[in-house]
Amino acid sequence: MKYAFYPGCVSRGACPELYTATLKVCEILGIELDESVLEGASCTGAGVLQEKNERLGDTLNARTFAMAEKSGLPLMTICSTCQGVMAQANERLTADPDYRESINQDLREEGLEYKGTIDPKHLLWVIVEDLGIDVLKSKIVRTLDGLKLAPFYGCYIVRPSKALGLIDNPNRKQALEEVIEAVGGVVADFPGKTLCCGFPLLTINPENSLKMVSRHTLDAKESGADAMVTPCPLCHLNLDGYQPKAASSIKQDIDLPIIHLPQLVGLALGIKPEEMRLNKHIVSTKKLLSELAVTP
Amino acid sequence: MEVKFSIRRYDPESSNAVSHFQEYQLDLNDSSTVLDGLIEIREEIDGTLSLRCSCRSAICGSCAMRINGQAGLACNTKVIDVLPKDGSPIIVEPAGNLPLIKDLIVDFAPFWSKVNAVDPWLKPEGEEPEEEYLAPNEDMLHLAGVMSCIMCGACVSDCTVLAVDENFLGPAALAKAYRFVGDPRDDDDDNRLKMLNGNNGIWDCTRCMQCVEVCPKGVDPMGRIMALRDKAMTAGYNNTNGARHAKAFSDSVKHSGWLDELQLPIKSFGIFNIKAMIGLIPLGIRAQLNGKRPPIFHKSIPGADKVRKIFDKVENKI
Repeated sequence: MKYAFYPGCVSRGACPELYTATLKVCEILGIELDESVLEGASCTGAGVLQEKNERLGDTLNARTFAMAEKSGLPLMTICSTCQGVMAQANERLTADPDYRESINQDLREEGLEYKGTIDPKHLLWVIVEDLGIDVLKSKIVRTLDGLKLAPFYGCYIVRPSKALGLIDNPNRKQALEEVIEAVGGVVADFPGKTLCCGFPLLTINPENSLKMVSRHTLDAKESGADAMVTPCPLCHLNLDGYQPKAASSIKQDIDLPIIHLPQLVGLALGIKPEEMRLNKHIVSTKKLLSELAVTP
Repeated sequence: MEVKFSIRRYDPESSNAVSHFQEYQLDLNDSSTVLDGLIEIREEIDGTLSLRCSCRSAICGSCAMRINGQAGLACNTKVIDVLPKDGSPIIVEPAGNLPLIKDLIVDFAPFWSKVNAVDPWLKPEGEEPEEEYLAPNEDMLHLAGVMSCIMCGACVSDCTVLAVDENFLGPAALAKAYRFVGDPRDDDDDNRLKMLNGNNGIWDCTRCMQCVEVCPKGVDPMGRIMALRDKAMTAGYNNTNGARHAKAFSDSVKHSGWLDELQLPIKSFGIFNIKAMIGLIPLGIRAQLNGKRPPIFHKSIPGADKVRKIFDKVENKI
């Protein structure tokens, strides 16, 4: 199993722990990652660039797809936002060959052409669909027995459902729960798991953004969660980084660790917490790890 | 087939006016809709169940409600498509983000007041033509989707911003605003955009796509809000955190190929916004201490000039 690996901006910026954990987890799972074939690939536009110019976003993503296509490898993402934006661009590029051709005209100078054969896939789906839950289970050295984990999908890995293939692969709606159960955890279900974390409003309407953080983390805690797990680094940034501020704005303790999907899998694979920078979160994971009887 | 419904009930006049779930079991056909089931419950099992419905054909927009946690029209949702495989009931609740009146009926007053707030009528200038105002077909095509809106409130029900801020204009009213800003016969774009650019308007959308997902008519409210943002920025309304954020984001990708996360909040709030800059300090310290501060010297990706070239080529294309 080999993938053209698209890490996205955030795992190389404010969430270096996601990048590190992904490399370690994929190595143990036998998921080979080739980042070099996508050298020079740009940001997806994250939906922000698309506000102003959808075509520009589609051209940049077609360029990345063309690079992956050239390598003959399937494309893997580790960020829900990258995943969602790429899936939407790809839907437009594959549905209309004339549109794709007009986009390709701006890629030719670089010797690139997108033929429409790429199907970008998030690590979460790679684990559940390509690797298989049974293979994951077979590599587990430490089950996280009894740990109650709230799944937080966020928006871009579930909507729009058609572009993200949720209609054809309905199991994707339960993929995070499947992984939680596979590593021995218990799912702490709560109403906000597919709602917005508030990240896009962070600089636009911080008050509303913080309300989303406190609501989801408190709801998850009410359902008994010891921690929340997310496949999206932007959700992590807001739910972890702004949790102290959200807590002080409602004058209530929250203290819910927010862990990245590969960090969760990594713990079950026996990777040391500090190797996945679990000691570098804003909301401390110390108590969580002591419950698991592993030192950070 | 045997179908179980679990319906959220609420009666403000009951001595014990508490919202609760009540289960019903009935026999339905494969072709039955959720509305067929609800009507059968009301007619045959429990006459006290209250709901709104009229056309049964996804035209009148009366029967929007939450079915298994997601807003939709009861009349165009087939039971067989939402029946849980594990034998558990279909959960039916009133639409969200609007005041509850009774059972599945919510108060649409806030919905209408927000639609009214965007002046949902044409405001042409100049002399009235002798006959009707004419508009070229191709100029109206992009409005076909948004004109399909039946005002059912599904988008409002599931909007994640309205869930935390009742003052947000919301997806239905903003889509309606686009319908007039985008209309070639309307001459009030500047005033409209000025209002929409203000508080509780286009920049308060969090881009979660709930409205796009639940709309039964393909209106794409979020897409319209993004189009309004573009129109507002193009019209020169750039003095918002949202507009600065969009520009800083675009500049960063254009010049380095990827995102400069350190600069983005600073440029969005505006470096001279002292209060916001001070507000960023605690976060900055926490990020610094935990090794989560993005690089101070933002390095370009290899071959960033190629990305810049694409910007130059595509930026001015429509």
